[in-house]
Amino acid sequence: MEALKRMLRMDISPLVWKVFRRHLIVFSRNWKVNISFNFFEPLLYLTALGIGLGAYVQPIEGTPYLNYLAPGLVASSAVFATAYECTYGTFIRMEFQKTFQAMVATPVSMDDVIAGEILYGVFKSILYSLVILVVIFALGLIKSPWTLFIPCVMFVGGALFAILSIIWTGLVPNIESFNYYFSLVMTPLFLFSGVFFPLTGMSVIVQKIVWISPLYHLVNLTRGMILGRVGINLFWDFIWLAAAVLILLPVPFYLMRKLMIR
Amino acid sequence: MDIVIAENLLKQYNGFTAVREVNFTIRAKECFGFLGPNGAGKTSLVKMIYGFSPVTSGKLTVFGMDVETKIRDIKRLLGVVPQDNNLDPDLKVLQNLLVYASYFGIDVRLARERAEELLEFFGLKEKAGEIVESLSGGMKRRLTIARALINKPKLLILDEPTTGLDPQARHMVWQRLRFLKEQGVTLILTTHYMEEASQLCDRLVIMDLGEILVEGTPKKLVADYTAEISGQIVQDKKEQPATLEDVFLKLTGRKLQD
Repeated sequence: MEALKRMLRMDISPLVWKVFRRHLIVFSRNWKVNISFNFFEPLLYLTALGIGLGAYVQPIEGTPYLNYLAPGLVASSAVFATAYECTYGTFIRMEFQKTFQAMVATPVSMDDVIAGEILYGVFKSILYSLVILVVIFALGLIKSPWTLFIPCVMFVGGALFAILSIIWTGLVPNIESFNYYFSLVMTPLFLFSGVFFPLTGMSVIVQKIVWISPLYHLVNLTRGMILGRVGINLFWDFIWLAAAVLILLPVPFYLMRKLMIR
Repeated sequence: MDIVIAENLLKQYNGFTAVREVNFTIRAKECFGFLGPNGAGKTSLVKMIYGFSPVTSGKLTVFGMDVETKIRDIKRLLGVVPQDNNLDPDLKVLQNLLVYASYFGIDVRLARERAEELLEFFGLKEKAGEIVESLSGGMKRRLTIARALINKPKLLILDEPTTGLDPQARHMVWQRLRFLKEQGVTLILTTHYMEEASQLCDRLVIMDLGEILVEGTPKKLVADYTAEISGQIVQDKKEQPATLEDVFLKLTGRKLQD
């Protein structure tokens, strides 16, 4: 019991904002390069699949394929940006740059550092979802003012992917392992979370399995909001994500403390 | 007043004992040295003082506060120069100081004022806008010390501050450290350079394999050693007077490793 309490305890102070501010300063130094790369890939998917393949695809659930695909790409490119930041980015700061070690020699605690990493991950999700939203808005693919609430959804989705990515980084802290994270976790999520096609066409078992994909819930939310199909289902998707964040939140802190403090 | 008090301080990790129940006190405004070969436990010891590494058993207080419960308050009063440079390579020279100041909650304008003073003092003023990677080893070291001073610490911990520097760069660092001592900053220094210890330290301990072997002023340690060997049958005539290095080699029984 005592051990569990120690595992769950988090020593977070307002200095976490200074840690986050440090990341923003670094980001602001090369934000143009950063944004244009993250913006390029979804644009390729949108053109190749949305327009190219979409010409041969029947409307899905009454929606033209391009309109169906675009919201899925908003969600997936956001969480990929977070996943990159909280694996490669976090690991480089921790292992090669010793940024964490420098920070914890000041009043900043290790938990402040990790909370700062999660906030930065959240920031990336929100920012990159906004970038894609602007593009698809220009293409006339946004159908509902509910879209304005997408940053709130991305806050939760980004936090969840930041947590998951830092858990991986804490469990397998070496740079090669991140390839496995992307090929074994992120890519399957990307392909089978309803970004490209509805899962209703697949077997019942697949549909059940997909329920455990966090990206599936995030895609449901973004698509529902962009296309203006908002119902009670979306509420449950949101609850699913929020609950996962609350349950998993102490884990990255515990793992990183264990890794860094000896 | 005693700034640091360690009682039966023990540090173990992964079944390895890095520090074996040591006792020492560090007084205000002195320069206290931990001298020892690599693997003696010096770094493990100072890491406990700045709260990076938890105490296994025993008691350690800094400024009268327990490191286990009051570490944030303690760290507010400390400056730390770690063994490896961990300057932020994503930030420019001046930004390194400003961002570090923000971790102490120092007001932006005050931080800029102090950062500019420190760059001037450490001869880095022209480098303010450069990236950290473009600095030489000696400059990086000076910047790391400057960074440790941004919060005007009462206690400055230097873990092998001049390892890997050429003699000129080393003398430049020593000169700055002496100045800080005159200003009333308490210094803790780990080193395996005898000359560094005898130049800077008021008192020091010699450590090996996690234990403190002797404690005293550099002068006293050399005098005790000379007295001891002159009591023995002198096998080879020594022309040179004994140095701290002789004391060190006798006690640790091994050559210095760099």
